[in-house]
Amino acid sequence: MKKRGIGIAVGTHPAGLKGGGDPSQAQIRLKPDGTFDLLNGAVDIGQGCKTILRQLAADELDVPLENITHQNIDTDTGPMCTGTFASRVTFMDGNAVLAAAADLKKKIRDWAAEYFECSPADVEVANNKVFVKGVPEKSLSMAEVGAMVNWGGKFLVGTGAYTPGPGQQFDPETGKMTAIASLAFGCCVAEVEVDTETGVVDVLKLVQVFEVGKAMNRLLCKGQNNGGAMMGIGFGLTENVCPYYPTMDFAVQDLTDYVITTAADMPPVMVEDIVEVPHPNGPRGAKGYSEMTASLAGPAILNAIHNAIGVWITDYPATPERILKALEAAHA
Amino acid sequence: MKYVLSFNLNGLPVDTLVKATDTLLDVLREKLNVVSPKRGCDNGDCGACTVLVNGEPVRACLTIGLTVAGKNVQTVEGLQQDGKLHPLQRAFHEHYAAQCGFCTPGMLIAAKALLDKNPKPTREQIVEGISGNLCRCGTYVEVVEAIQAVAAGKYKE
Repeated sequence: MKKRGIGIAVGTHPAGLKGGGDPSQAQIRLKPDGTFDLLNGAVDIGQGCKTILRQLAADELDVPLENITHQNIDTDTGPMCTGTFASRVTFMDGNAVLAAAADLKKKIRDWAAEYFECSPADVEVANNKVFVKGVPEKSLSMAEVGAMVNWGGKFLVGTGAYTPGPGQQFDPETGKMTAIASLAFGCCVAEVEVDTETGVVDVLKLVQVFEVGKAMNRLLCKGQNNGGAMMGIGFGLTENVCPYYPTMDFAVQDLTDYVITTAADMPPVMVEDIVEVPHPNGPRGAKGYSEMTASLAGPAILNAIHNAIGVWITDYPATPERILKALEAAHA
Repeated sequence: MKYVLSFNLNGLPVDTLVKATDTLLDVLREKLNVVSPKRGCDNGDCGACTVLVNGEPVRACLTIGLTVAGKNVQTVEGLQQDGKLHPLQRAFHEHYAAQCGFCTPGMLIAAKALLDKNPKPTREQIVEGISGNLCRCGTYVEVVEAIQAVAAGKYKE
């Protein structure tokens, strides 16, 4: 018999290491053609930091996005970054990039003040130009500034770093600590159909909504929300490193044993959305949340299975074997 | 012992020396430096090495190189024309249908194989067409949307 059920999972997710001690650095340099190189150590594994960090730098410097290249191919010679993990890059590296851009803007202003013979406070860096406020004839394009600075024997490099605080331990008395730089929230609702004869679970509908602080790029958020959902379905239903543990002889050998979701496993209805409540310390209000996109579908599906057939599956994944065993035990 | 393998690669004739045991993936990546087909599982499971042989999508890792003698092999390198990206490439780009990008060449080739035969596929046919290509980033929603956009004529040649 096929039975349907609905399950809910909610979650929270911090950005970066618990308790801080998790810095990132960034460097931005003005090039002779008036474009910029952004250097940092965050690796883009597909989450899109090469886009987002350039967006933040372009926003702060008020220059076109395509005028900024992002260079992160060498973590040895590049600025320090503890890594791409714990949904930390937008928050930590984003703040470092904003600081580096602000630092470079100040240096451009100081250089222009000397050139225009005015106070740095009167120099504006905006719209890909450097100019004296209220004096239209005292204006240079960024390309002109880049050429004059670099061919004039100067090198303007903005640097920035960010950490939410030093690393810290739990208070042994109370267990308390300031654990998090930011906390994002999420919710997933899954509707499933369980075949009680075969134990096969079909996910009919999956809805995921995340509170992200401020979305730096809505398209990237959508990709991560949907991608995380597909991972979560795999964690909940198919992915198992040791299906017949404790006998390691039966550990998975390849992708026919370790079954990840394919396009054919997409629920017929998938909904994703975000809620934005800007975080006071996040770059332009952003939080780190991406890892959580993969965390909620699994529990929501297991809850939906319970709702459908009245038995709890307490181990991932909810394979047909586990479901049939649980049903047998319940009816024994 | 090596053999001369001659075939058409993205419209150009190529000759190369291969061993009888070299797969098409070995030939493309190691001999000809055509690296869009990815060595994912090297086991026929993931689809990242998908290429077209006489218009049919095949796993390059499971295809013995010498079997493509005299045939037309197409890879992502041959998708763009006169420096202009193929409609599928533009659609993938604009729909954010690649995250880490490792599966993307295989996805693009699978999508091309589908649309070449069936320019107006249903959603189910698209899903079936790419169901042999694994994506760990889970970009399936965006990949399907991108292919649908091309099929709807939103990206002209």
